[in-house]
Amino acid sequence: MTALQDVVLVVVALAGTATVTVREPLRQAVVAGFFGLALSVLFFVFGAPDVALSEIVVAAVAVPLMVLLALAKIAETDVDEEDDGA
Amino acid sequence: MLPYLVAVWLLLVGLYGVVTSHHLVHLVLCLAVAQASTYVLLLAVGYRTGGKAPIFADLPPGTPVVDPVIQALTLTDVVVEATVTALLLALTVQAAKRFGSVEPDALGALRG
Amino acid sequence: MSRRARGALFGAATVVLAVVLVSAVAELPRPSAPPPRSAKLSTSVSLHERHGTDTVAGVTFDLRGFDTLGEELILFVAAIGSAVLLRAQRDPELLERAAHAADERRPRTASALRALGALLVAPMLVLGGYIVTHGHLTPGGGFQGGVMLAGTLLLVYAAGQMAALERMHPQALVELADALGAAAFALVAVGGLVFASAALANFLALGVAGHFLSGGTIFVLEVSVGVEVTGAIALVLNELLDQTLIREG
Repeated sequence: MTALQDVVLVVVALAGTATVTVREPLRQAVVAGFFGLALSVLFFVFGAPDVALSEIVVAAVAVPLMVLLALAKIAETDVDEEDDGA
Repeated sequence: MLPYLVAVWLLLVGLYGVVTSHHLVHLVLCLAVAQASTYVLLLAVGYRTGGKAPIFADLPPGTPVVDPVIQALTLTDVVVEATVTALLLALTVQAAKRFGSVEPDALGALRG
Repeated sequence: MSRRARGALFGAATVVLAVVLVSAVAELPRPSAPPPRSAKLSTSVSLHERHGTDTVAGVTFDLRGFDTLGEELILFVAAIGSAVLLRAQRDPELLERAAHAADERRPRTASALRALGALLVAPMLVLGGYIVTHGHLTPGGGFQGGVMLAGTLLLVYAAGQMAALERMHPQALVELADALGAAAFALVAVGGLVFASAALANFLALGVAGHFLSGGTIFVLEVSVGVEVTGAIALVLNELLDQTLIREG
């Protein structure tokens, strides 16, 4: 393992821990995006550019987007539920 | 050994997040962390010292490269993570509508 | 079971799991081990028999192509599942009115954002198309480029142009794209059965490795995957965005 790979592995482990310990979903979406970027750097360093491209596109674009939209919809439905008294 | 240890750590941390979660969306993102442990494990299995990326557009044929079969497996894994996350988030939105709460402990039994 | 009892049980189970996993990964190959035979065989087959310089695409669409067929079907079914779960009772006129109202009522998105969004849509489309069509030569491929193309939908939304988007009736287009891509992949697989010896076998001209038209059916499969992924991701995004529009409008 070269030094660069060791450093990136440690960054990935720290980013994963941070993603789990941040409790609020809105902030966690941003940290999860950073975790995805750290993973894609790890994949580049391990000689897997195809996988790195997929990871960037999924974890930094698709997943935070879906999480933010889902959070917006949840916020609306919760408010609706309270109004209906259901 | 270090990449394997990082993979084990990510799995355990992700599982801890899933078990102690108070919000369904937080749970989904912790599941993504646990899924990421499989990518690290797979790539660590395939990596060899001095191996280059298996793209021969600019490499002479015959240079030692990293295992491409492993990378194909990891690609499928990443796609599956995206689809699982999408479906879980759709289910979360429906659960919020049905039960009025996103606390995992407050979700009652499904009624037909 | 109370939360504390669950936490204690989980802690005990984690310790056991950690010990088992660490002892298991100690047996896995180290980077100094000789490369496995599958690596040498797959690179030589992809390069010399399939004439594609991106060996990962060669493995994904040729040697393990059946798995990729399953993966595309997973994506297809997930998009349909999300649409079923999220689709509101939709009235197209209501949607268009809601989009107009949203565009007018929302405090004007900053001019810089609108300008940048408008500027970036065309380069992003070109880059996405490039990555999709060059998957057999360089890193990239159908999935990566497809999500980028679906990202242009998001860019239009961020630039505040939802009314223009709704006028194009993207719903029908993305559903068509999703179905077409999945069907094309399956048809090429069957074509391998009909025109060559086995499913997903090559039946087009192979060309010279490194040139644009090489790799035979890999190019067709990459494009069909790209179309399908664009459709699937755009479908999910469209469902989520429509809901938000109707509620606000």
